[in-house]
Amino acid sequence: MMKYLSLFLIAFSAAAQPAKIVKLPELKALLNAPSDKIQVINFWATWCAPCVKELPLFEKLGQEYPNVKVTLVSMDLDLDPNPDKVYRFIARKKIQSDVLILDEKDPNSYIDQIDKRWSGALPATIIINPKTGQRKFIGRELHEGELEKLIAEIQ
Amino acid sequence: MYNPNPQRMLKKMFTVLCGVLLLTAGAPVDNGYEVGDTVADFKLKNVDGKMVALSDYKDVKGVIVIFDCNTCPYSKGYNDRIKALHDKYAGQGFPVIAIQPNDPTISPGDSFEEMKKQAEKKGYKFPYLFDETQQVAKAFGATNTPHVFLLKKEGNAFKVAYIGAIDDSAKDASAVTKRYVEDAIEALKKGVAPATTKTKAIGCTIKWRNA
Repeated sequence: MMKYLSLFLIAFSAAAQPAKIVKLPELKALLNAPSDKIQVINFWATWCAPCVKELPLFEKLGQEYPNVKVTLVSMDLDLDPNPDKVYRFIARKKIQSDVLILDEKDPNSYIDQIDKRWSGALPATIIINPKTGQRKFIGRELHEGELEKLIAEIQ
Repeated sequence: MYNPNPQRMLKKMFTVLCGVLLLTAGAPVDNGYEVGDTVADFKLKNVDGKMVALSDYKDVKGVIVIFDCNTCPYSKGYNDRIKALHDKYAGQGFPVIAIQPNDPTISPGDSFEEMKKQAEKKGYKFPYLFDETQQVAKAFGATNTPHVFLLKKEGNAFKVAYIGAIDDSAKDASAVTKRYVEDAIEALKKGVAPATTKTKAIGCTIKWRNA
């Protein structure tokens, strides 16, 4: 019985990894990890309307560009300690990209460690070419076609 | 047209082009005020229909300017704390001026009508001004809501003394360990420079009008 149940659960959550709750060092490791792929890291939250609006652009990017790795970093825990809202959102929207949920205190000290150009306002996106070390920061909502252009500029 | 310095000409054209690109991005062109800068006067419409100017504040030691809105969950979370700041410090010479910079065509819950309702429902004792052209938010370099600019009065000038968050715990007022704005005001009252003059916090981006 348990076997079938777990098979069912695996099938149900098929594509994406479950969202993982991380601390700052893990996020910084991702920002600095060596990779052949362009890293696109988007900071968002379920309550943030412009974030939710631009999420399909990141989903599409991750599916259509094999040389790009998209990671969505949820900042929801800064306002609400319960991550259930994020899990439900991922299931409802069938999010395929990897999702991390940042669990940290003291935004004033960690925001600069993520990117000095970031005010802390959501949404925010960092595009990294790990091979050259080039890093773009976009502190606003992105629109159709912009991500592709930004990636072309950094490749 | 003969130009003796084509390189300089190109550079100039590039600068202009960058400016145009920035404008079309719909974001503020410059980075706004830094700590120590003198603030230009502004005049905006309050929820009671009257105009309020910074220069109207004559008998104060400073002003707590807060870019804020109705809709952002962070603004909602800080609502009572903003009211408490005004209640505590207006009588000590540091009143709150709240300014709503969001474009209501993008964020309908932040229209002037909704602002009036919010101020009435919450019983605001401070002005809640509508920055319809977003020029004041741009001049300040505000990015989030709520975003505080604590101003200190020196003669007739208002100078920026602190920029950033109200405290270090958005989700839980009882878990606050650093009261940035209160600490900065207490320092100003003693005539010393605040120990922390700039902080960052997670928040809602200001909803800039599409260019």
